[in-house]
Amino acid sequence: MSTTLTTDAPAQAGASPPKRRKRRFGRHRLAPFLFTVLTAALFALFFVGPGVLGLSYSLTDYRGWGDAEFVGLANYAELLRDESFYGALGRTLVYALFSVPLAYCLSLSMAVALNAVRSKGKTAARIIFFLPWLVSPIVTGVIWRWMFGESFGFINYLIRLVGGGGLPWSSDADLSLAVVILASAWGGAAFNMLLFIAALNNVPQSYYEAARLDGANAWQLFRNITLPSIAPTSVLVILLTTLGQMKEFAMIQALNGGGPGTQNRLIVQYIYETGFERSQIGYASAASMVLLVVLMIIAIIQLWVSKRSGNAW
Amino acid sequence: MVTTSTTPASSTKSTPAPSGTRIPRRRGAGLWRRNVLPTTFLWVLVLLMAFPLLWFLLSSFKPGSELFSYPLSFLPRDWTLGGYVDAFDRVDFLRYLRNSTIVATVTTALTVFLCATTGYALAKYRNPWLSVLGLCILSMTMLPGEVILNPLFIVIRDLGLYNSLLGVIVPTVVTPTGVFMFRQFFLSVPDELLQAARIDGASEYRIFFGIMMPLARPIALTLAIISFQWRWNDYILPLIVLGDPKNYTLQIALRSLVGADNINWSVLLAASVLSMLPLVVLYLVFQRYITSSNINAGLKD
Repeated sequence: MSTTLTTDAPAQAGASPPKRRKRRFGRHRLAPFLFTVLTAALFALFFVGPGVLGLSYSLTDYRGWGDAEFVGLANYAELLRDESFYGALGRTLVYALFSVPLAYCLSLSMAVALNAVRSKGKTAARIIFFLPWLVSPIVTGVIWRWMFGESFGFINYLIRLVGGGGLPWSSDADLSLAVVILASAWGGAAFNMLLFIAALNNVPQSYYEAARLDGANAWQLFRNITLPSIAPTSVLVILLTTLGQMKEFAMIQALNGGGPGTQNRLIVQYIYETGFERSQIGYASAASMVLLVVLMIIAIIQLWVSKRSGNAW
Repeated sequence: MVTTSTTPASSTKSTPAPSGTRIPRRRGAGLWRRNVLPTTFLWVLVLLMAFPLLWFLLSSFKPGSELFSYPLSFLPRDWTLGGYVDAFDRVDFLRYLRNSTIVATVTTALTVFLCATTGYALAKYRNPWLSVLGLCILSMTMLPGEVILNPLFIVIRDLGLYNSLLGVIVPTVVTPTGVFMFRQFFLSVPDELLQAARIDGASEYRIFFGIMMPLARPIALTLAIISFQWRWNDYILPLIVLGDPKNYTLQIALRSLVGADNINWSVLLAASVLSMLPLVVLYLVFQRYITSSNINAGLKD
């Protein structure tokens, strides 16, 4: 519908005199319409369209060509029995569970360190802290793969220097996931740091002064003033990070390709491989819908917890 | 959360708030606690964050034989540009660079323009159409692109955009973050300005392009840089849309290097470093537009 309007509207803007425009569209109807019509068209085409298509594909056995046959909820029923799907989803949850706290602590530490009044070299530190933001997920994966190479990596070299045997960073599934967790915290810290800096700047300095007069030490100040004051930002950061980690794909592709074997295959990679390499579009769409539901549940739980606990943390 | 200042440029310096904590105390131990400890903490973190990058960068200047020979040394014993030369010779680096540049630049220009017009309309006009659109764009933040990967591919393919750079560009133009950044900014521009211009007889389009866009330049720049970074580093959409290696963007090309059975590390290291250069230059030039807290405008809405 929006496409037909697109072809129609510009002609009107150019040709019709202002009076007629007013009568037909009312005061300032045409301008806002023209300002937004392209956005709306793109939104419908690349967002609503695929969303609706995805939902309907999930009820069919569509393979990317030919006719799709309606199969009802068969795809979902099959998903329930699919162990590789559970494996991928479970591994993703484990990954999020460990990487979110680490990412949170790292970015908060960076923000606090940058906000300390008396530390030196803050401008330089700020620029360096922000560099990982520029590094693409693929290159992040390459960087950490290089650091944690089993026979040539810097970390194993250090371990051997102090007399250890070198750890199997890429052939052991759990160690491999640990590297992914470190890399994701490193790569995502800069953006969250910005959110925290903005929040820290909004904490009234008078709180700190009053507490200092009462003899509070630095840890008490942080625990009892800073943390409660930035609680809304903390919720936001944890929520955004969790949702981001659930969608991890590119970085782990470059770091270990979901390996060893398929043990670290996360959910988006599962959807990608099912849909594009095995071209089971219907089945992959059903998995996508499950992922969507999981993402929504995570968002709802976190918003609910943050509402309930209020400022208690 | 809207700041009262009309030009966000004034808030770009988000240096830590000045504190009135200079209560004279005991010297000596106090000095240690107050100056040295925070500085050490800061620089330990800097070291942790910078080390992976530094190690990577220095390794890219080592000759292939030195990369794997123990003992490893932090600085290359034998500086060489061999990996970089190979990256241009053996990998069609310039072609991927060109593709990435086209995708990132065109998308960024379209994104800034469309997000500005949409954000402006959402902030300054009222009608049912706009309310619905605003809600739709908000819902876009809930439904991530990864969830609609397969149907998105079908749509792109049926539009005949498969394997063309246009297929990577068009679907990513509208971003909710960009729209909300502009909406947030234009809400802070007083309506009186708009009324005055209307009374002077300026058309709606002239008001937007002549008055509002120049005002919004800092936001436009911020969004331009963020959007360029997003599109430059994009992986999943180019991966599904671009099938022919001739059309690969840098990220896809790097992925095929790292996905090979026998990774050619010296080429991979050099190509990765090269792929980051444009962004690093952009960042160093426009640093203050990114690290300002304006980024939060859309998110914290």
